[in-house]
Amino acid sequence: MDHIPILKMDNILLVSIQVEMHDRLALTLQKNLMTSIVETGARGVLLDITAVETVDSFIGRVIANTASMTRILNAETLLVGMRPEVAITLVELGVSASLKGIRTALNVDKGLQTLRTLLATSDIENSRYGETG
Amino acid sequence: MTNSPSLHAVIKQSQIEILASWLQEQLASPTWRPDLMTEPELRQQSEEFIALFAEALQTTDNPNASNEQWVRLREMLASISRLRAARGFSPVETATFIFSLKQSLFSKLRVALKEDAEALVTEIWRVTTVLDHLGLYTTEIYQKTREDVIRRQQAEMLELSTPVVKLWEGVLALPLIGTLDSQRTQIVMENLLQKIVETGSSIVIVDITGVPTVDTLVAQHLLKTVAAARLMGSDCIISGIRPQTAQTLVHLGVELRDVITRATLADAFVLALQRTGFSIVRPGKQS
Repeated sequence: MDHIPILKMDNILLVSIQVEMHDRLALTLQKNLMTSIVETGARGVLLDITAVETVDSFIGRVIANTASMTRILNAETLLVGMRPEVAITLVELGVSASLKGIRTALNVDKGLQTLRTLLATSDIENSRYGETG
Repeated sequence: MTNSPSLHAVIKQSQIEILASWLQEQLASPTWRPDLMTEPELRQQSEEFIALFAEALQTTDNPNASNEQWVRLREMLASISRLRAARGFSPVETATFIFSLKQSLFSKLRVALKEDAEALVTEIWRVTTVLDHLGLYTTEIYQKTREDVIRRQQAEMLELSTPVVKLWEGVLALPLIGTLDSQRTQIVMENLLQKIVETGSSIVIVDITGVPTVDTLVAQHLLKTVAAARLMGSDCIISGIRPQTAQTLVHLGVELRDVITRATLADAFVLALQRTGFSIVRPGKQS
């Protein structure tokens, strides 16, 4: 059985999918990811799909759902490294509408930068709320 | 009479006379275009056709037959049609080449079979059927030739009209020119996404100054491109929206709320530079 490792870097979880995605694997990953966020208290998730060559509507929806779930757990998900053909497929399948709210970046490097700035600003906001509240 | 000894015999016998009267017929007809084709050329084509026609009729009456004679005749007709299509003949003028042969053939048949009215009618019917077939065949080839031209031009247009240019570090521009249909959108999208990967650009400016009309379909294609680029991690700015276009889009109820739009490419470029952390300064005014 394939296994997708979840790596922790500071307060960010890095998930790099290196195997062919199938439905059960996606759902397992979703479950493991939620557990990891709660356990580690991570604030950001970097989902790297550079190696993913095919995506169907189900996987697309799972990714969109995962992003919504992490947001509930106060962690921001960033989807990075989507291939052109995958992007076209998702748009043609009409899944892009549900992926609208998700943040994206070109590669892990840029994604990490974006996520760090994002978390830094939201930390400032949070502390400000803390002062007033 | 399984084959038509009388018909092809008549043609063989008086080939020269038929050719002469046929040529006269063609030259007198209003569909004759001396500006597009010379008389010797026409004579040569007609001569060749009659010879092949007589030979082919000797075998069978079926113009779609696969034997050597008919194949040769069809090939010859096809080359004539292509030539005429390329020179600018109309389909009617091309098909008349075949149909005008009827008059000459009929009058010859009338002389040859004047004793036997029934045979005359039968032969005339046969000639008509075969010639109609061949006439329609020329039209079909003519059409195909034209379609090939259109297809080639379309392909050339597609290649010409989808450049993706790098404006600045991390900023790509896609100047769209001409109408966007689904096929073009597909190619544009593929090119753009590939270029995004190659250059690692985080901002793409889609300039639609050269798109004459933007309707719901074009807008949908644009939004698809924007969505695909966004999924890969690049933001899109749509620029070059003309006043009329803006009005049409609102009237059509197209939602562009999720997309950044600018009136001109210059505005979009300034925004793109800001987003990538650059700014433009005029050296003289620095102090």
